[in-house]
Amino acid sequence: MRYSDEHSLVYSQRDTQISRFKAWVLLLVPLAAILFQVYIPLFFQFLAYLELPLIVTVYFALMRRSPIGGLFVGALVGLAQDSLSKNPLGMFGITKTIIGYVAASVGLRLDVDHPLIRLILGFFFFVLHQFIFWALSRGLLAQQVPFETQRTLVLGLLNAIVAVSLFHFLDKLKERA
Amino acid sequence: METLLTRYRNITVLLLVIFAQLVLLAYQVKNGSDVRLIRVWAVTAVTPLARVIEGARGGTQGFLQNYVFLRDSRAENERMRSELGRLKLENQFLKTELATADRAKALQAFETRSLSKMIAARIIATATGASASAVFVDRGTTSGIEKGMAVVTPDGIVGKVLAAYPTASQVLLATDPSFAAGVESQKNHVRGILKGQGHGNCRVDYVQNEEKVETGEWFYTSGDDRIFPKGMPVGQVTAARQGNPFQEISVDPAGLAGGLEEVLIILEGVHQEIPEFKSAAEPVYLAPPPPAAAGDNQPASDQSASTGDAKNAPTLATDADKLREHYQDVSDAQGHKFGDNPVGSKAVNFNLPVKPGEKPPEKPQTSPTTGAVVVKPATQAKPPAAKALQPKTPATPTPDAPKPDAQ
Repeated sequence: MRYSDEHSLVYSQRDTQISRFKAWVLLLVPLAAILFQVYIPLFFQFLAYLELPLIVTVYFALMRRSPIGGLFVGALVGLAQDSLSKNPLGMFGITKTIIGYVAASVGLRLDVDHPLIRLILGFFFFVLHQFIFWALSRGLLAQQVPFETQRTLVLGLLNAIVAVSLFHFLDKLKERA
Repeated sequence: METLLTRYRNITVLLLVIFAQLVLLAYQVKNGSDVRLIRVWAVTAVTPLARVIEGARGGTQGFLQNYVFLRDSRAENERMRSELGRLKLENQFLKTELATADRAKALQAFETRSLSKMIAARIIATATGASASAVFVDRGTTSGIEKGMAVVTPDGIVGKVLAAYPTASQVLLATDPSFAAGVESQKNHVRGILKGQGHGNCRVDYVQNEEKVETGEWFYTSGDDRIFPKGMPVGQVTAARQGNPFQEISVDPAGLAGGLEEVLIILEGVHQEIPEFKSAAEPVYLAPPPPAAAGDNQPASDQSASTGDAKNAPTLATDADKLREHYQDVSDAQGHKFGDNPVGSKAVNFNLPVKPGEKPPEKPQTSPTTGAVVVKPATQAKPPAAKALQPKTPATPTPDAPKPDAQ
C-alpha cells in the first residue's frame, strides 16, 4: 500500500467519525451558553468562572473535526462574547478562533469520545484559552494584568469536569447516521 | 501557487480570520469612543431575551409567593395587624415630635439632600468573562441614558455607564481595574483617585504619605471627574498604610455591598456638600452629680465652689481633683490668681498650711498694672462671679452712669 493510500484511508476513517448536528443545535447551543454566562452569575456568582462558550466551542470543533469549521465557530462565539463584554471586539474572537482551530486539529488525531481524553482536553484548552487571552491583553492592549497560574489551574480542572458532563449531554444532540 | 494554498488551506484561513480580527481590534483601540454596530446588534438581540427570562422568573416567583405559598397566612395576618397598631401609635408620636422639631434644621437637612435627577434601573445581566466587572441594566438611550452617566445606589456609587444601547446599557462597576473616580475623605478632606482592583475592594491612589487618612473614615465623591456629583458616598477605608510613592488605601465600596439588584442612574447631577464629620469629642449630656454622702470630709458645696456654681459643678472625685482644690485654696489664701499676675509678683508658697475651707478676702482688688477689677475665685456657694464685677449702681440707672472700666 502506498503512502497516499494510507493517508487517504486514515482520513476516510476519520471522516466517518465526523459528527453532524442540526442547524438549530449549532445556533442555539452557543447562544444558550452565552446567555448562561451573562445571566446566571447574577444569582450564583461563582458560576461566572464557568467558560461555557469555550466548552461549547471546543466541543463543536472536536466533533466536527474540521479546522476551518472549528475556527469559524470559535470566531463567531468569541465575537458574540466580545460584544457582551467590556473588551474591544476581537479579544475573545482571536482567542477562540485559535482554540477552535487547535481543537479541530486535535480531533483529527485523537479519539475524543473517551471521557478521560475529554477531561484532559477540557483542562488543556481552558488553560490555553486563559493564556492566549492574557498574552493578547498584555501585547495588544498593554494591560498589566497578572497571569494567576494557581487560580487558572484550579478553574481549568473545574471547567474540565463540567466539560465532560456537558459533552455527554451534547452527544445526545448529534444527528444519527 | 494554487497547490500551495490548497495544501495549507487550513492554516491560511486561520491566519486570515485572525488578521481580520486584529484589524478590527486595532481599529477599535485607536477609535474606542463610538459604539460599534455589532455591539448594538448583539446587545439588542440578547438583552430582550434576558428581560423576558427575568420577567418570567419574577412572575413565577411572584405567583408562587402570592398564591401557592399561603401557609400560615392567618397567623401572619394577625401578627401584622398588631404590628400595624403599634406602628400607628409610633407614627403619631413621631408626627408630634416632628411638629415640635427645629424647623431651621429640617430645612437645612432638606437642602443638603440630593437634588440630582435620577432614573431607576434594574440589573438584567452581567458582562461575559470570568473577571467581568460590568453589568447590563434595562434602561437605554430611549430612557435618556448616555455614555458616561454615573450609576449609584442610596448607599454609594456603583459605577458609570460604559455604553448605552437602545434598550439597555452596560455599566462598568467601581471594582473594575479600568474604573476611576475623584474622591475626597470626609474627616480630613484628603483628595485622591478611586480605582478598582478587579475584586471586592477598591483603592485610593495619589494620596501623599503625609496626608492623614484613618481606617473607618468615609470617602465621598469630589466631583472633579465630572461624572459623579460631589458628595455621593463612596465607601469606608478598610486599611491605610504608607507606600511608595503614595499611600496604599483600601476602600470597601458601599454601593456594591449586599449585591446589586436595582440602581439609580444620574441624568442630571447636582453637586452637594460632603457631610460634616461628627467627632467623638462633641459635647454630650451629663446628668447632674449625685448628692454628697453624709460621711464626706468636705461638703459638696465647698468641693464645687471653686467653679463658682454649686449646682452645676461636678463632684470632686479623683485625687487629682482634690489636689487641685488644695492648690486653689493655697493660692486664694495668699491672694494669688493664676494666669493674671504682673511680672515680679510674689510666687505662691504651696508649703503654707491652709485649713480646708479657708476663705480668701472678699473685697475686689485692683490690678496694679491695668487698674482692672480683679475678682477672687469663690470658694463657697455664692452668686456668680459676673455679679461681683458689677459696680454699685444707683437705684434709678441713668444713661450717663459711669462704667466700671472708666473708674
